[in-house]
Amino acid sequence: MAADQQAVAPPGSRRTRAGRGNAQTLLASDRRFGYMIIAPLLIVLLVITAYPLIYNIYNSFQHDNLLSFQRGFAGLANYAELFTNNQFLPALEHTLGFTVVSVVIETLIGLGIALALNKKFRGRGLVRAAVFIPWAVPTVVSAELWRTMFDPQQGFVNFVLTKLHLPLATTTWLDSTWTAWAAILVADAWRNTPFIAIVLLAGLQVIPSDIYEAAKIDGANAWNTFRRLTLPLLKPALMVALLFRTIQSFMVFDVVYIMTSGGPGTSTNVLAYLNWKAFFTLFDYGYGGAVSVSLVIIALLIAGVYVRLFRVEPAAA
Amino acid sequence: MSAATEVALRAPRKSQARALTPGKLARKTGFFLLLAIFVIVSLFPFYWIVDTSLKTPQEIDAGTTSLLPGHVTFSNYIDDFTQQDFIRPLLNSVLVAGCTTIVTVLLAALAGYALARTEIRLKPVWLGFILLANFFPVIAIVGPLFRIYVHIGLLDSYPGLIIADLIYTLPLATFLMSSYFSQIPKSLEEAALVDGSTRLRTLRKIIIPVALPGVFTTAILAFMFTWNDFILTLSFMTSPSRYLATQAIVSLGQSPYAIYYNLIDAAVVIISVPIAVLVLFAQRRIVSGLTAGSFR
Repeated sequence: MAADQQAVAPPGSRRTRAGRGNAQTLLASDRRFGYMIIAPLLIVLLVITAYPLIYNIYNSFQHDNLLSFQRGFAGLANYAELFTNNQFLPALEHTLGFTVVSVVIETLIGLGIALALNKKFRGRGLVRAAVFIPWAVPTVVSAELWRTMFDPQQGFVNFVLTKLHLPLATTTWLDSTWTAWAAILVADAWRNTPFIAIVLLAGLQVIPSDIYEAAKIDGANAWNTFRRLTLPLLKPALMVALLFRTIQSFMVFDVVYIMTSGGPGTSTNVLAYLNWKAFFTLFDYGYGGAVSVSLVIIALLIAGVYVRLFRVEPAAA
Repeated sequence: MSAATEVALRAPRKSQARALTPGKLARKTGFFLLLAIFVIVSLFPFYWIVDTSLKTPQEIDAGTTSLLPGHVTFSNYIDDFTQQDFIRPLLNSVLVAGCTTIVTVLLAALAGYALARTEIRLKPVWLGFILLANFFPVIAIVGPLFRIYVHIGLLDSYPGLIIADLIYTLPLATFLMSSYFSQIPKSLEEAALVDGSTRLRTLRKIIIPVALPGVFTTAILAFMFTWNDFILTLSFMTSPSRYLATQAIVSLGQSPYAIYYNLIDAAVVIISVPIAVLVLFAQRRIVSGLTAGSFR
């Protein structure tokens, strides 16, 4: 970010003209002002992140189920439950699988879209707006939309499969494990691929075009130019896109809640949904807290791995 | 970064007067075919849902027989607004997203100015914390906030939801505001300060107006992020009259026996329209805000 680099002298302090003591009072008053105006943000952010985290950590070591009378210190019981209750581990597995598959698919397609939109052609603005719109609508919309598309009775998917005499035309998509996952993946990819495309497109557009001209003169072919020039220069953008998408994908909730409720059975259960149910249907804040703490740790791990992997500092995207 | 984008976007097209060889023609056709696929895949589901939303429940039950729109009825939209009272959750969404946006811009402008233009210590620490907050799993705030909201009476209230919604908006907004502020020439505020204006007043009267385009970008993104929320309204709003539109859609015409696609699809169209309009008019702004600060 630009802000931390530009540690500039505050406008109020003119060190050259004012005496040293005067400059120090000015600096002190500048700092006081700075702390005063950054404090509200920090307080609010602490209230909505640090407080819940501490509460969850505390609770994860307590017996705190609203449906039971047992209270008090639980030791590691809630964490032990994660590994013994045959819910958490399958959900972790589903979530990991979903994250890898969705991020890979979305990155490949998103990269394709970005490369295509980086070319100049008539009507590019409109194409970009069209491709961009799915990302802008709420996830609830994409989930409901694709639930309609995959509906066995009046959905588009089975209609087309029937017309083309293809197999699976009578599939009730959301009623069996693999087809339900396919539907969830399509809904997720449809909404989130544009995000990757946008970030990568912005990354492509800051690559100066004379580099490509030089490569052309040197006789590099398209694939080599892409692999040796575009891809390395795209690394910062790729890092931002992947980091955001991986963490969001890991926390997938809306699509699962709306399309399958984790079903059939618990075959599309994911961690965020499991966590939500721990709070709102089991009322178990000890166990729920343990799941939440695990999720925070996993999110931090993902961020850490990416920062290590790409060796560039992340910034807000 | 946004300046570079603008330049790239506005660069004149190279004249393509060269003759097309068959190979080139094939590649060009392939390219436009690919673009057509992108556009169709992006937009077709919207067509489908608009089409479905204009059918009667009987027609929907009868199953799909054609891709083309058939007999058009607005009864689902009318039902949504009359029987289902969908206007109420829509207004709730506008209210909550609007208030969240205002609070976000206010807090982010102050903090962004502190980060860009004051000499506070430990700036990397504050920036790092704001960055981490951006990656904080929303699900992990839901349980604890629910408990405390029950105690302090913020459950099922607009302020409670607005406070929680700030998790979506504050980190990015603060980064954006601070990067916009640091682009403003310092001479501007120095002049005002010499004239004896206080710093807060200078921020309000000089800096913010100059950074207004950035403020708009921040506000639009904050509004979109809040408008999209589902998990927080689902967790904190317990009475149907307080539901946001996203939560209300899921429970429209809810019955254990059927899903009322006609009502749901009409409502999906209704809540997508404001976002579609926003994208059409502010696309460049949204994109630049979303990608600003990503690259040095």
